[in-house]
Amino acid sequence: MSKSRRLKLRIFRVVVLLLMGAFFLLPIGAMLEFSTRGNDVTSPRTLDAWVRIAQTPGLVKGIVVSLQLAVITSLGMLALLLPTMVWVRLRLPRISRIVEFICLLPLTVPAIALVVGLKPLYVWVNINVTPSVLALAFAYLVLVLPYSYRALDAGLAAIDLKTLSEAAQSLGAGWGTVMLRIIIPNMPSAILNASLLSVALVLGEYTVANLLNFQNLQVEVAYVGLTDANTSTAVAVGALLLAFVLLMVLTLVGGRLQQQHYIPGQRA
Amino acid sequence: MRDTPAPTTAAGPTGGGRRFPLSWIGAVPFFAYVGLFLLLPTAIVVIGSITAPGGGVTLSNFAGIDKPFMSKVFANSLGVSVVSAVAGAVLGAILAYAVVTGNPNGLLRRSIMSASGVLAQFGGVALAFAFIATIGTTGFVYVFLKSHGIDIYANTVWFYDPPGITLIYLYFQIPLMVLVFLPALDGIRPQWREATESLGGSTWHYWRYVAGPLLAPAFLGCTLLLFANAFSAYATISALLTNGSNYVPLQIQALLTGETEQSQPGLAQALALAMVLIVVVVMTLYALLQRRTSRWLQ
Amino acid sequence: MEELSRRYGPVVALNELTLTMAPGELVALLGPSGCGKTTALRLVAGLEEANGGRVVFGGKDVTGLPASKRDVGMVFQAYSLFPHMTAMQNVAFGLTLRHKTADERKKRAGEMLELVGLSGFADRYASQLSGGQQQRVALARALAIEPTVLLLDEPLSALDAKVRSRLRDEIRRVQLEIGITTLFVTHDQEEALAIADRVGVMQSGHLEQLGPPTEIYSRPATPFVAEFVGLTNRLAGEVKFGMVEVRGTQLPLVQPNAPTGPAIALVRPEAVSLAAEAAMGNGPLVGTVIAVAFLGATSRITVDLGDGVTVLAQMPTSAAAATPAGTRVRLALRDDPVLIAREEKASGDA
Repeated sequence: MSKSRRLKLRIFRVVVLLLMGAFFLLPIGAMLEFSTRGNDVTSPRTLDAWVRIAQTPGLVKGIVVSLQLAVITSLGMLALLLPTMVWVRLRLPRISRIVEFICLLPLTVPAIALVVGLKPLYVWVNINVTPSVLALAFAYLVLVLPYSYRALDAGLAAIDLKTLSEAAQSLGAGWGTVMLRIIIPNMPSAILNASLLSVALVLGEYTVANLLNFQNLQVEVAYVGLTDANTSTAVAVGALLLAFVLLMVLTLVGGRLQQQHYIPGQRA
Repeated sequence: MRDTPAPTTAAGPTGGGRRFPLSWIGAVPFFAYVGLFLLLPTAIVVIGSITAPGGGVTLSNFAGIDKPFMSKVFANSLGVSVVSAVAGAVLGAILAYAVVTGNPNGLLRRSIMSASGVLAQFGGVALAFAFIATIGTTGFVYVFLKSHGIDIYANTVWFYDPPGITLIYLYFQIPLMVLVFLPALDGIRPQWREATESLGGSTWHYWRYVAGPLLAPAFLGCTLLLFANAFSAYATISALLTNGSNYVPLQIQALLTGETEQSQPGLAQALALAMVLIVVVVMTLYALLQRRTSRWLQ
Repeated sequence: MEELSRRYGPVVALNELTLTMAPGELVALLGPSGCGKTTALRLVAGLEEANGGRVVFGGKDVTGLPASKRDVGMVFQAYSLFPHMTAMQNVAFGLTLRHKTADERKKRAGEMLELVGLSGFADRYASQLSGGQQQRVALARALAIEPTVLLLDEPLSALDAKVRSRLRDEIRRVQLEIGITTLFVTHDQEEALAIADRVGVMQSGHLEQLGPPTEIYSRPATPFVAEFVGLTNRLAGEVKFGMVEVRGTQLPLVQPNAPTGPAIALVRPEAVSLAAEAAMGNGPLVGTVIAVAFLGATSRITVDLGDGVTVLAQMPTSAAAATPAGTRVRLALRDDPVLIAREEKASGDA
């Protein structure tokens, strides 16, 4: 590359990154600013709002519930998807297209539309299975399917599944052993990735919880925000920063995994 | 809670035709689960939208969409979605280009990708708060500008109007674009640029004949994706606007929570189905364009 | 190229390389990875800027010109073709940039495709072509613009062995037919020796030797060249009185000023001949055949001399038949001048 072109590119990059950086950091900064405001415009900065998080039962409950949901959904997703995907790859390759299609289906059904169909279903679930808010995990598992599928698929593609499992079986391993001791240890970043994506989605989920009348983190944040905006904002920006740190950890740990093709589907 | 997955049948040796029925068992848990929690609700939506109040099949529920009020709602939703998609696509593509031209393993790229991953999923509630805190009527940017003599809300508080909503949507549209478009940019090989140069082409030639056409399907596809994304968004506008405002998701919310007069029971399902159909069409086009892109750039 | 230098920070990729090519000549730059051969090529192409020195095409100094103005044709190792264009469109691309009319483009591109033997493939896309076909289209594309110089950056390295040898002859044929000055970079010595008019062996940013293939092979100027090109036996010996004594045989030296004392002599397998010994005693050159590798017209025999030393001998297969594995043989070393390796290390890989 010629020197002048390199220079032009550098200028371009600096300008773009600065402008975009400002655009994106501003609201985050605003949230931090807002959550640390004193009572008057002239009062000093305070962490009162952050402290109040622990003192607001609704918020605490919301945080706990959402964390529980995140864990349950992640584990449930792994327990359902991973064996199925392995099984399909090894034994039923012809239906792998169908499985892929189904897993990507939630992307085409907006949460707001899906919840219209979930409402009557959850009436049944609340009566016959459990009225607990944790029943949301059923729906969440479906919502995370696209992302988790893609992450796990990339991981499975990177290891030579057929050879590994055949080798293990020829040495006498049963399915359980193959899954636990051969497959899972060979795709740590994919599993981590799928789990973190699920966690991020669950922590940020609002639509389904709201319309099914459950109180999860985001619902509580919105509710508390009506009366105590500062505290709500503190929770919101805290969750955001936490998610960012988690993902950064993931990229540093799973840096060896080749590029993930991130499919979006904002569940906002 | 759910069925435990069942592939505990010992891996038998290749058993010819006998193996076939047994293999299917392994897929049952998955299909049972999605059947219950994905396909069933979808079916409920579809069936509910064509069910008349007294029973029997009808399309009358869709008539509710045709009314002037509802068409305005759809136009509103579509308008905001289109604008935020196009603007998000262009700005996101520029940002993606700035990122991809740097060190592939550098800290900058990783932090931007992580940040994009988080912001693309940014729960609408927090986003609403963030923007209220920034350019809302008590937000510090507004206050700052006002104290310097610039009142951005002089004519009208456009914050809660479509322009404001569109601006807010950009906050997750741009990161989303970076996430989905960057892989395509990565697929552009340096040899193509060098080949163009050695054949006598300039930067302009390169973009016009090589990089432009190669990236066009990806760009278009990602724009469509952004559109579907904005169209489906619910939480942000739910947190910002009063119920029953002029966006399709909020109309559905109003119907579900019974706040508007419930004289149209199948309307919620009809609206939901309409949304699904629009998104399905868009996503199908996206998938087709992605196939072209991956053929060229992977 | 004249005294070309290129530095990347503290790393000197190219150290005042000077090379002059005659019109219509094919020069191969041969060397291991990192020797600077690709850097040299890219500097000639104008894809990188030199820190020192000049590039001159037929008297015209092009050093300051960017690639797009140098009128070179280039073929890359991989990803040569534009994936969204057909073969015809790829080949015609340079012409499109020069605003030729559609008819001119079609005619010229058609000619080029015919030249490389792919006339029927004009409407195929890169994904529908094999690796070898893609490279041929790339060649056609580079030549379509009638460049001053043709540059090939390891064009065959990404291909299968069989395709490689066929394609390299194709490239040579085309190059001779058009008569274009060509610079060919490769790490495969067989390729370089097979098609080049002259071969330049490079190491660590400078030219070790430049000359016709036969000279490079049979009269290597430095130990590096001797070991990089073709196979060599490294035999311990001692330099005395201007000769080197290797296991009892006196051999003349290539380097008359080699220091006296212990040294490693580099002997080509073809210079080693075998005579079947019927259980004779032991001598410094008596050993057992441990393997015979059939290479077609010639065979390569590995002989174990007992004291941990193995020697490779190469001869016509008919002669090799007389000494199958297990035979006791006596070696004889032809009295060609040999090179002395300066250090005890193995240099580069062949």
